Amino acid sequence: MHISTTPGVWIAAFLTLFVYSFLYKDNPFYKFAEHLVIGLAGGYYIVTVWFQILRPKLITPLFQQGNLVLIFPLILGLFMWARYIPKYSWISRWAIAFYLGVGAGLSIPRSMQALIIRQIQATMLPVGFHSYQGWMNLFIIFGVLTSLVYFYFSAEHKGLLGISAKIGIWFIMIGFGATFGYTVMARISLLIGRIQFLMTDWLGILH
Amino acid sequence: MNIYEKMMSIDRRILFLLIALSVIIPLLKPLLLPVNVTKEARNLYEFIDKLKPGDVVLLSLDYDPSTMAECHPMALGILRHCFSKGIKVIVTSLARPEGLGTAEMVLTQAVEEYNKKNGEDYVFLGYKPVPGAVILAMGEDFRLAFPADYYGTKLEDLPMMTDIKNYGDIKIVVTFAASAIVDLGWVVYAGGTYGVPIGAGVTAVMATDFYKYLQSGQLVGLLGGLKGAAEYEKLIEHPDMAIKGMDGQNVAHLLIVFFIIIGNIGYFLGKKAKASKGIGG
Repeated sequence: MHISTTPGVWIAAFLTLFVYSFLYKDNPFYKFAEHLVIGLAGGYYIVTVWFQILRPKLITPLFQQGNLVLIFPLILGLFMWARYIPKYSWISRWAIAFYLGVGAGLSIPRSMQALIIRQIQATMLPVGFHSYQGWMNLFIIFGVLTSLVYFYFSAEHKGLLGISAKIGIWFIMIGFGATFGYTVMARISLLIGRIQFLMTDWLGILH
Repeated sequence: MNIYEKMMSIDRRILFLLIALSVIIPLLKPLLLPVNVTKEARNLYEFIDKLKPGDVVLLSLDYDPSTMAECHPMALGILRHCFSKGIKVIVTSLARPEGLGTAEMVLTQAVEEYNKKNGEDYVFLGYKPVPGAVILAMGEDFRLAFPADYYGTKLEDLPMMTDIKNYGDIKIVVTFAASAIVDLGWVVYAGGTYGVPIGAGVTAVMATDFYKYLQSGQLVGLLGGLKGAAEYEKLIEHPDMAIKGMDGQNVAHLLIVFFIIIGNIGYFLGKKAKASKGIGG
């Protein structure tokens, strides 16, 4: 057992324990850790944005290297701050409109291709009754169609439509079940990560 | 309070304590439960394993400290695999600025283990906002998105980057993420527009969302959560924190399943008892 002598590790260990103390009940130690992480994340974000983005990619090229094109993003960025002046807050909409326009233009055609057309293509599968894969492909097509039927709300879900929608719900529920199982796994993994940190880096029990 | 009500109202703090013990005890006394390798993890491993020394991969460490427990071991596993085979690595961190620290941490660990040189064996490009635009820009020229690396050295001054212009010079992009950057960023922009193969290591919460991209061929392979990391550690025969953590994961899951069954038995038997009491009265 080799307990850490690094102050940072001790601080991290105590903050971990402070956060987990919430599982017993809400308390000032938890509140302290909660406020600290919010403040720290905000501070870290500001420093990173300054040193990684604003200074090397805007301030230095514009004011020291004379790259005047950067005046336009600078002006649009300054427009965003107008939100804090009620009388001129409308100016910020120009920057938002530019950002949304560029974002939509870049994203919509590519998303259609990669997220919709490719997924439709992936459902156009050869069906056969003499092989395992043929049956599985049929199962995938059946699952996709019945799940889609569930989201068809322009007709009452009764008769064949109702049966298909009910089968579709089962497929959707199985999907939710898998996601829930994975979510439990994720939460336990985070606990394992913290316990490994406490037992390895802090207490030195594990190696 | 009858036995059924007790079964359904166990103090949550007792459950938390039992879950903690179910993780701590297997870490102290490993059970060495087997880790089965899934097809999606093996596909990613085999794709990287077939690459030749000198080939270049792009690893985007798109996670931050909050999901380090899951994504860190995956990233370390693939970095170890690449460095052990002499594959060159370009590293970015595009999801959040907080991810820069964790990205540098895991890269430094792998670099020290394999004694690799910055600019020759690997390049760390760092973070830039608006990931979609950055991913598209790298498809044209890495220099458009990152004129200099994270440490401020211009890309043309880095020997490794001499013959690398864009995704055409990259064999695969692997993103480790806890956000939609996997599909709305890499799959759409890098895979969809430039045709570069994409692999992903994601948090378990998100894993089910990405299986559809495996079936459509838009992802080469997928690592899901700590289990995915453990699978990769097994494949590269370098057991580390993920494999050590899987015993605790399995025991905790069994415990949760046990309490779900207890709660359900309590609910249904309690309902039955109430119904029979009602009929009797």
